[in-house]
This record gives sequence, C-alpha cells and structure tokens, in this order.
Amino acid sequence: MLPEQPPLLARFEAVAGSLALIRSTVQAAAEARGCNPKCVSDIVMAVNEACMNIIQHAYKGDASGVIELELSSTATELEVVLKDFAPPVDVDDIRPRRLEDLRPGGLGTFFIRQSMDDCTYGNLHGPCGNYLRMKKKIG
Amino acid sequence: MTYKVTEEHGYAIVHLAGDIDLSCSAEVRRALLERLAAAQSTLVDMSGVSYIDSSGIASLVEAYQTARKKHLEFGLVAVSEPALSVLELARLDKVFPIHASASAVAR
Repeated sequence: MLPEQPPLLARFEAVAGSLALIRSTVQAAAEARGCNPKCVSDIVMAVNEACMNIIQHAYKGDASGVIELELSSTATELEVVLKDFAPPVDVDDIRPRRLEDLRPGGLGTFFIRQSMDDCTYGNLHGPCGNYLRMKKKIG
Repeated sequence: MTYKVTEEHGYAIVHLAGDIDLSCSAEVRRALLERLAAAQSTLVDMSGVSYIDSSGIASLVEAYQTARKKHLEFGLVAVSEPALSVLELARLDKVFPIHASASAVAR
C-alpha cells in the first residue's frame, strides 16, 4: 500500500510554455498515488486540455494570468481542481462538439469528458474566476 | 518538438518528434501548410511523437482538409502509440489515411 500523499498545490503561468511542466507535475503526482499508466495518461490529457482552454478562452492569451492546480486523492479516487482568475464564463457554453463535425479545434472539452469520470465547471465566489473539478476512479 | 522535412517517393515527409502541444502546434501547422502550398502531397511521420494534444490534432485536421481541397494526398505514417491513442479517441484513425511507412504508401 502506497503512503498517503498530501494534496499537491501549484500555480503556473497561464501560457502555452507552462503546459509541459504542468503535464510532468501531474504525471509524477498521479504515479506517486499508484495510478496505472492508462489512468496517468488520461489524467495528464484532461489537465493539459483544461489548461489549454484556460489559456486560450478564459484568459484569451493574457500572459499575466495564473492557473492554480490542486490535486488530491483517496485510495479510490483522484481529484484535480483547476482555478483561473479570468472573467467568469457562462458554464452552459462549455460543451463538447460532435465528432462527426470534422474541423480543426473544439476537441478539448470532449477529451476532458472522455478521460475523467466526473467534471464540474463553475464560477468562483469571492475572487473573480472559474474552476473545473475533475475526478477519476483509481486503484 | 522538432521537425525536419525530407522527400521520398514523390512525397514531402514531415518528420515530427517530441511533444506536440499548444506551445508548438502553430509551427507544425505552418510546416504542413507550406508543403501543401507548394503543391506537394505530404506525409507526416509520427514515429517520434511522444505526446499530442487537441491543438496538434487540429493542425493535422486542417492540413488534411487543405490537401483534399487542393487534390493532394495527405496521410500519417508510423504513428506512435501515444499519438494513435489520441487519434482513436477522436475517431480520426478512421479519417486520416494511416500507413506503416512512407515506402508502404509508394507501393
């Protein structure tokens, strides 16, 4: 049995250049929690795609933006919460597109929902911003 | 991400290596569209791709659609396992022509 891991808390610049570090951070954290390779790959994909959406759509390329990542787990479930401090988005507008509609772009939300078991979008209360909570069964 | 372009069997072959993500997908897009703008049928060697996200996939889709409009061939060769799993997730493994190698295309 793996030793219990404290929650991972990290902040990243909301720029494309941060994505490799975000992926490696999440990969290491998921592996330390005993996730199998497929599970690790799914979690890394979901977090990468979600961060891309924050960079492109929440901050609209504003390089001064920040992404907060919190990763925690129990014996059976891993949870990642991503927060941004961009203007609140209408969460009803966050929808995956139909795969039959072949065009560049628009796959990120689909990949997130396929990779994780549960996703919840919302607006922050207090500081202006948004969050995405994602959960995946592990172990 | 690194890339180089070679020519074999009448095709431009764009060899991609490393992680294809938002930080470099525009460069991939440019490299592919340049070959197509030069009226070259193009193959993408993906044997060295260790990771690809939706922005990288979008570059491939745009190149594929551009090639079709120009009546040029466009396909993927030697797709790595990480890249293939993403293509399968997006059901694009049934859309892109995928080949084991460039020489397999020429036969």
